[in-house]
Amino acid sequence: MSAGLSRYIATRLGRALLTVIGVITLVFILVRVSPGDPVDAILGDQASAEERAAKRTQLHLDQALPMQFLHFLGDVGDGSLGRSYTRPDESVSSLIGEVLPSTLLLGLFAILVAWAIAIPLGSIAAVKRGSFWDGTARGFALFGIAVPAIWLGPLLVLFFGVKLKWLPLPGDEDVGIEGLILPALTVGAALAAILMRQTRAAMMEVLSEQYVLAARARGVAGWKVVLVHALRNAMLPVMTVGAAQLAGVFSGAVIAEKVFERQGLGTLFLDAYFARDIPVVQGAVLVVAITYVLVNLVVELIYGVVDPRVRVA
Amino acid sequence: MKRLRKMSFGVFVVAIFALIAIFGPWLAPFSPSEIDLTNEYVRPSESHWLGTTDNGVDILSVILHGARLAGLVGITVVAISLVLGTLAGMAAAYRGGKLDHAITGFADLMQPFPSVMLNVAMLALVAKPGVLHLVLALLPSGWVIYARIARAQTLTLREREYVQAGRALGMSDRRIILRHIFPNLASPLAIQATSHLGGAILAESTLSFLGLGPGRAASWGALLDQGSAVLLRFPHVALIAGGTIAITVLGFNLAGDWLRDRLDPRSRNSR
Repeated sequence: MSAGLSRYIATRLGRALLTVIGVITLVFILVRVSPGDPVDAILGDQASAEERAAKRTQLHLDQALPMQFLHFLGDVGDGSLGRSYTRPDESVSSLIGEVLPSTLLLGLFAILVAWAIAIPLGSIAAVKRGSFWDGTARGFALFGIAVPAIWLGPLLVLFFGVKLKWLPLPGDEDVGIEGLILPALTVGAALAAILMRQTRAAMMEVLSEQYVLAARARGVAGWKVVLVHALRNAMLPVMTVGAAQLAGVFSGAVIAEKVFERQGLGTLFLDAYFARDIPVVQGAVLVVAITYVLVNLVVELIYGVVDPRVRVA
Repeated sequence: MKRLRKMSFGVFVVAIFALIAIFGPWLAPFSPSEIDLTNEYVRPSESHWLGTTDNGVDILSVILHGARLAGLVGITVVAISLVLGTLAGMAAAYRGGKLDHAITGFADLMQPFPSVMLNVAMLALVAKPGVLHLVLALLPSGWVIYARIARAQTLTLREREYVQAGRALGMSDRRIILRHIFPNLASPLAIQATSHLGGAILAESTLSFLGLGPGRAASWGALLDQGSAVLLRFPHVALIAGGTIAITVLGFNLAGDWLRDRLDPRSRNSR
């Protein structure tokens, strides 16, 4: 391994670690600046002063903020992320662990759908600029951005579930993999629109590079130039955008899980919000944000290995 | 010709939205909380142009009242984000050093958070969210994009000759920023603000859809939520509510594109 590469990896690791620390701190602060009192939220306004005081002590809320922060760090450090207010015998991380696989599966499917639409459509649009396909791609991008997930979900149910009866309806039992298609489309459409634009722009740039012209001049077949010479190089910036979309995937999952009545991190998070189960709310946000940081770190590392130019920057 | 069509649609939608947000509540044929149990979930008809929803509430009236909430949240969020973000971005670029590191670091820290989850978490302790809470919840993710634009633009503008000349002539920082830097920031910020209005309206709808909105009766998102609950039997509620949100968001996006074509001649050929 070259010195440049190891320095690149070390900087990225260091920065990711700093970001994780920042993310933990920010989650702690955000939930504390939220207007309202967790004790009111848990006990309601009927509780006596003693009950409130006891609850306050039990939740460490009577201590100074720095001490509360240390308790929070301890909960993060031992991996439990604290205890749920509504289910005190369960740690937050075990509650999250139960539902996370379902959400990750949905997220992966959504990303797969987004890439399967965006990469071919974006590439064709770039190769055949101004053609019918380019028009279709632009129309799709506009549609994907304008039609919000909160509406797309119900629309898909009406069309594919009710009218065509091809796919299961929300709440149907034992749906298997078919039950994932509509939720994944709901999450993936907006991602696909943005990725498609990015692919089109990156492909257009690469297609005008000298090495692509040189390949064409040497008589390399048209499709081979596009697939081997252009697409491979255009994929790097697209990968970066794809990794940055991970936050959007989780936002979409909250919506899709509600619309399609799926159990997952999104529904756990929303239910915890309505039950004022603060540790679960902050735990879910934390897990998602740290996942984002880690995935982006991996993408950056791959990027650094594949493309030596980025190590210098 | 194509540009003209795009202009008329985006600007048309924005204009209609503004009119409805201002005058909607007076135009509404019914109150958005008027219950009429004999007419629950009726399809669009002469007495209820867009039909009725839960408890026989008139959908058109909910849409007309809901526009005001959407507009109010949208404008407030965009205005505050715009001011805070621009100031932060300009300060970061102009002062540089530690302040720049702090502001960019803070902006970068917002990236890993899904906007929907961040908004909900901000409201975690609020028992009954009001309009103000909603605005507060949307700010942490709102200001970042303006700070990025203002910072990037200020960084290049700072090195321009006319700014250097101003400095050599002994102009104060305040004057340089106000007279020479800010005017050049105005158009990219205005373009961003236009499409952000659509985004903020969508964010309000999304939060209301998830059940966090203020006053469930008169919000587009809450109407869509009701519609989704009865989707299989009475699809018109969700179709109308979602369609209204989608057309409004599309309108603001197209209006932003139109504004960019008008203000930034370079973008005309590149897209």
